[in-house]
Amino acid sequence: MAGIVVEGLFKKFGTTEALSGFDMEVAEGSVVGLLGPNGAGKTTAVRILATLARPDAGRATVGGHDVTVSPARVREIIGMAGQYASLDELLSGWENLYMIGRLRGLSRSLARSRAEELLGVMALLDVAQSTVKSYSGGMRRRLDLAASLVGDPPFIYLDEPTTGLDPASRLELWQIVSSLAKQGSTIVLTTQYLEEADRLADRIVVINKGRAVANGTATELKHRLGRQVIEARPAQQGDLEALGATLSRVTDNPVQLDTQQGLAMVRGASQADLARAATALAAAEIEVAELSLRLPSLDEAFLAITAPKEASEPPR
Amino acid sequence: MNHLDRRQSLMGVKGGALATAVIARRNLLQVRSDPEQLIGMTLQPLMFVLLFVYVFGGAIAHSSQRYLSFALPGILVQSLAFNGFQTGLGLNVDFQRGVIDRFRSLPIPSYSVIAGRVLADAARVGWSIAVIMAFGFAIGFSAHGGPIGVIAGLAVAGLFGVSVCWPMALVGLSLKSPEAVNAGGFIMMMPITFASSALVPVSSMPAALRVFAANNPVTLVTDAARSLMQGTAATGSVIKALAWCAAITVVFAPLSIARYHRQA
Repeated sequence: MAGIVVEGLFKKFGTTEALSGFDMEVAEGSVVGLLGPNGAGKTTAVRILATLARPDAGRATVGGHDVTVSPARVREIIGMAGQYASLDELLSGWENLYMIGRLRGLSRSLARSRAEELLGVMALLDVAQSTVKSYSGGMRRRLDLAASLVGDPPFIYLDEPTTGLDPASRLELWQIVSSLAKQGSTIVLTTQYLEEADRLADRIVVINKGRAVANGTATELKHRLGRQVIEARPAQQGDLEALGATLSRVTDNPVQLDTQQGLAMVRGASQADLARAATALAAAEIEVAELSLRLPSLDEAFLAITAPKEASEPPR
Repeated sequence: MNHLDRRQSLMGVKGGALATAVIARRNLLQVRSDPEQLIGMTLQPLMFVLLFVYVFGGAIAHSSQRYLSFALPGILVQSLAFNGFQTGLGLNVDFQRGVIDRFRSLPIPSYSVIAGRVLADAARVGWSIAVIMAFGFAIGFSAHGGPIGVIAGLAVAGLFGVSVCWPMALVGLSLKSPEAVNAGGFIMMMPITFASSALVPVSSMPAALRVFAANNPVTLVTDAARSLMQGTAATGSVIKALAWCAAITVVFAPLSIARYHRQA
């Protein structure tokens, strides 16, 4: 079975363009993190993949089925959990899952046993008979996730599954998603949290203003920003300016000085630059407390990729 | 581990009926966790009966008792018209809360969500009828049409009660908030329930209004129910009442399902 293929999706709401030529590919059995700021088009993309919205143009297939041509086929193989946990507040957790099991065509006994099994997995057995109204935020998300798993759909969409959760609940949810991924589900996860994408996703698609602006593993994205970063800290705070000037000269790159942290930073550097910098600093008799070469953080990569061009240029 | 191979598709006609029943059951289960709904469904019609019969009865018919026998079928039809609000409100709340999105992402026919709502509301219609009739008989409603006449009259009224759920479903799915649904529902229901024969004879109204009132579905359904219950000749009004119910359903059921189906 094919995974998910998205080609040139366009979607407008009034005059706002939510998606403007969005492309994405998700291999079967992999986890893709759809990472982007608020309003980037993440939710719209997932809604189209879930047959809840129709694209104005472009094409999307899930497991080989086109979402606009055969939505019923797509619905057979997808499960969805959203940031606004769409549960029936007036029913119990058990009743919610049982209802969805029945709607997915499970027999009464199968729907019953599956509901119990999932409540167990999500550690909700104690509150199985209470109405969802009384659930905490974390419990709701777990029940919502359980609801998306009833009927064992091979494709699972998680739309910002941990937004607004406390750190402990977030960790719990991460563990559950990781184990799902290990069982071979194909998962599309939207998130604004780099850490979440880094931790759960095999590949990350960065979306901004309705387009995929970068795509790769977390490490690839860090590399994509460009090369590495030299960080240097003088032993004497007073040497910061001189140190910065030396770094800039040998790497032929602008330097960023953080006077509060007493740190100088040069982006787009190489290992040879580091060696030259070490020699030059020694020659200038500037004593350094710290001199290192590192990959940019995913945060830096993300900001560089999504920020408007002029703002991403370091100040000169 | 995989249940995919052990499930049946609900996309066919039989599956659609099952999905409708599952969703209707869910809607009725909600009443258990929200007892205010049941209290409202019970007290509102009783209040209607008490207020109209004892406040207006003397003035309109010079006797509460005589007015009761005239007005009870009308109050019943009026209550059933307002009962339809629940359909619109229920769908609207489901829509706002994202429950409809969940249903739409499931492999079930699109009509089953609305049909399930209307089916559950048909049960409410039955409840309202039982409450009003029990109370009406307790305070002295007399029906000269005998048990068969009463049952036939209630059947016509009940059919109308279910039919009006469809336009309210459309209102519920079209408007943004439950408050708007309430307002929209009132604007729709007030003229047809009050400019009708439900509470006063149409002949007492000014000529222009009389034309509207005489052809209004609430009038025709009330007249049919009233004459069936009182055993007076009824064929004409029964046929017109049934035609109205059919017309309302035929027009608004597809419209509301199309509205539900329309993807944002």
